Amino acid sequence: MIAFLIKRLFHALLVMFVISLISFAIQENLGDPIQQMVGQSVPESEREALREELGLNDPFFVQYLRFARNALQFDFGYSYVFHEPTTEVILRHLPATLELVAATTLLIVLFSVPIGVYSAIKPRAWLSRFFMSVSIIGISIPVFLTAIVLIQIFAIGVTFTPFPQGVAWGAWLNGLLSTEGGMPAYGRGPVEHVFGTWYTNFASFDALTYLVLPAFSLASIMLPLFIRLIRAEMLEVLQSDYIRFARAKGIAPRRIYFLHALKNTMLPVITVGGVQIGTLVAYTILTETVFQWPGMGLMFLDAIERSDIPLIVTYLMIVGLIFVITNTLVDLIYGLINPTVKLTGQPA
Amino acid sequence: MLLRKTLLATVIGATIGGAALLPTATFAADTTLRMAYDADPVSLDIHEQLSGAILQLSHLLFDPLVRWNNDFEFEPRLATDWEQVDDTTMRMTLRDGVKFHSGNDFTAQDVVWTVERLKRSSDFKAIFVPIASVTAVDDHTVEFKTRNPYPLLLNLATYIFPMDSEFYSGTTDNGKEKGEIAKSGNTFASRNVSGTGPFEVVERQQGVKLVMERFDDYWDKDSPGNVDEIVLTPISENATRVAALLSGDVDFIAPVPPNDLERIRNDDNVELITMSGTRIILLQMNEDRVEAFQDPRVRQAFAYAINQEGIADRLMKGFATPAAQLSPEGYAGHNPELKPRYDVEKAKQLMKEAGYEDGFNVTLIAPNNRYVNDAKIAQAVAAMLARIKVKVDLKTMPKAQYWTEYDKRDADMMMIGWHSDTEDSANFYQYLTECPNADTGAGQYNAGNYCNPEIDEQIAAANLELDEDKRAKMLQAVEKSLYEDAAFIPLHWQDLAWAAAKDVKIEPVLNVMNFPYLGDLVIEQ
Repeated sequence: MIAFLIKRLFHALLVMFVISLISFAIQENLGDPIQQMVGQSVPESEREALREELGLNDPFFVQYLRFARNALQFDFGYSYVFHEPTTEVILRHLPATLELVAATTLLIVLFSVPIGVYSAIKPRAWLSRFFMSVSIIGISIPVFLTAIVLIQIFAIGVTFTPFPQGVAWGAWLNGLLSTEGGMPAYGRGPVEHVFGTWYTNFASFDALTYLVLPAFSLASIMLPLFIRLIRAEMLEVLQSDYIRFARAKGIAPRRIYFLHALKNTMLPVITVGGVQIGTLVAYTILTETVFQWPGMGLMFLDAIERSDIPLIVTYLMIVGLIFVITNTLVDLIYGLINPTVKLTGQPA
Repeated sequence: MLLRKTLLATVIGATIGGAALLPTATFAADTTLRMAYDADPVSLDIHEQLSGAILQLSHLLFDPLVRWNNDFEFEPRLATDWEQVDDTTMRMTLRDGVKFHSGNDFTAQDVVWTVERLKRSSDFKAIFVPIASVTAVDDHTVEFKTRNPYPLLLNLATYIFPMDSEFYSGTTDNGKEKGEIAKSGNTFASRNVSGTGPFEVVERQQGVKLVMERFDDYWDKDSPGNVDEIVLTPISENATRVAALLSGDVDFIAPVPPNDLERIRNDDNVELITMSGTRIILLQMNEDRVEAFQDPRVRQAFAYAINQEGIADRLMKGFATPAAQLSPEGYAGHNPELKPRYDVEKAKQLMKEAGYEDGFNVTLIAPNNRYVNDAKIAQAVAAMLARIKVKVDLKTMPKAQYWTEYDKRDADMMMIGWHSDTEDSANFYQYLTECPNADTGAGQYNAGNYCNPEIDEQIAAANLELDEDKRAKMLQAVEKSLYEDAAFIPLHWQDLAWAAAKDVKIEPVLNVMNFPYLGDLVIEQ
């Protein structure tokens, strides 16, 4: 266990080193930050002075060594746009993203497990088929389109009038097809302060409504995947010998499904889930942009737009760290659920 | 367990606390304007960057000495009166009884201090070079002296937003000058504001929101403005900004993306305002790289081959004004005689005369996220040039990368948009058409390397002419010469668009400079 963690620590350091080197190397192609910082009519001499001041004229290795030396002391530099240490900027944006991801994970767990289990137990029921076809659609629609459709339907509202509006039944049918809107279309709304940089959406009903559309958009990508995965795994497990044996013994079906079968179903699901957290980070960027959710994803895209190199590098390194941590956690949980798994990979 | 209880208590406490605060908060601000822009100002220090966002902010938190009205005339603000004492001296009388947000009185000393600070700002100093000195004659009179006779002093005065010299003087706790201007530092002025403007800052979360409240001691008691509070949210995603307006989450958005104009026009609950803007979009032909471009006939052929009206009509869906010159209507140099000259036959003939009947290959670069439909315009231009047998190798890229390429002049043709900082024609020539000169900064954005010393002399003469009518004639002559010489290919002036909820009366406070005077905004109750 300890050996495993130490190994992972080295792993993390290596990942961070490689990421820092790569993100530093690509900064040449991210555009000129000076262009973003000065007005169009500023003379070249002023630009040059600013370039010198920011150390952008130094050779690549001098710049990298300076960065690395500071980074070892947890100083990742100042954001050009925010005028603050990049770590502070990211810490301030982190809670919004974590809350969005938490809400999404909650939605995924709440929906995928029962739906997946149900459609495995009753694969031929019409409801199962319905879930399967909807999930195909869910997988194939890009997240920003889902988001925009959700905004149109639930925030702005849609009015359909295929039936005559004048008569009662027509108005009623039109009403069924149309939506009122009214859900918030952007931002986090009235968040409450918890501590430090942490403001939460989970403290009031009003703020929670702001979380609904972004969380559903983000979940729309992962949810179908997990439903199908749980269903497939569960189907396989249900056909295995020990389940048949349990059935033959006359154990109650509910106990078989939820105790014996589900536990073994969850192993691959957790592995995939861990890997998917990385993908979730990527999709968070899209969702946050569409909903103007003030989290790390939106901040990152903004940083790219403005060539805020220190912020981009720090962001990439922190995301790298999150990957390493989640993978470590997944491996640990894996070991807890199935103790025969050897963490360090030595032969059993 | 204990931790969980404490956390729960905190959450409940925070909810109740928040709920208790709510009624008082709504009471304090009766009329709130919730507005969404595509970006928020990078700093609260209005001398840090010369950009549209900063100038928009300046008009909220500060007041200029004079400002433009919709007819391009000067409207007195903190300066009530001005007179030209001699060719190089102007005396301004300042408004009495004006207070800063800090409570300090506004005096001539603040104007002097502000201009001196502007002369230190890397973004603004170039504009203020013509001013030799500013002195306070008494508490409410300042005297500007220029190096040479300078016709644009009042134009410059629209940039002078007096800052509270007492508030910004001295040092902070960590020993830094409060008046310091830094691009990438955490300065006092980038976080703290004391202006004379209609609004003062109450809360700022960069990139999330900026909350301003009406300043109780605001001097302009005649202003009809009744907005007590402004909440500015940056929403960079076009579709979301429009959705926020249509769903009623915000009351006012800008800019309106051209693709959504119809949708907003058709919505009964919101109002759309569009105006012909003053930002010119044009193409430059690099004479250093392409020998053919040194021949005026080839440049003219290119200008004749491009259908400005077609681009404005179809590509921009009418959201642009086709241009044949740099100066938009209303500018001193605008020459009404000059019309777009689309004529493919004439273009072919000119190419033949110049000996390029079979055409040649050129490279064209354009940004794809800087101007409205920029990449599409470049594609259309490429297709139009194909008709005179010019094969265009087009490359479009995001603005962050584009300007690096542009600065290197790394293509045969380049796209650029320009808005005159002084709302005056001479600014266009100075940056876009004068012979490039690294020492004086002339022609800094003249990527075509077009150079005509005669025209440059005319421009220099116009900039010393104090008689407005005479000067306008000189500038119009310059436009004509540039047109005949086909120094560049003008495309159009980009239109401006804003949209707001029906009860928010934005029309009277909007202008072509795109500085909404929100202090005067009326929201119907």
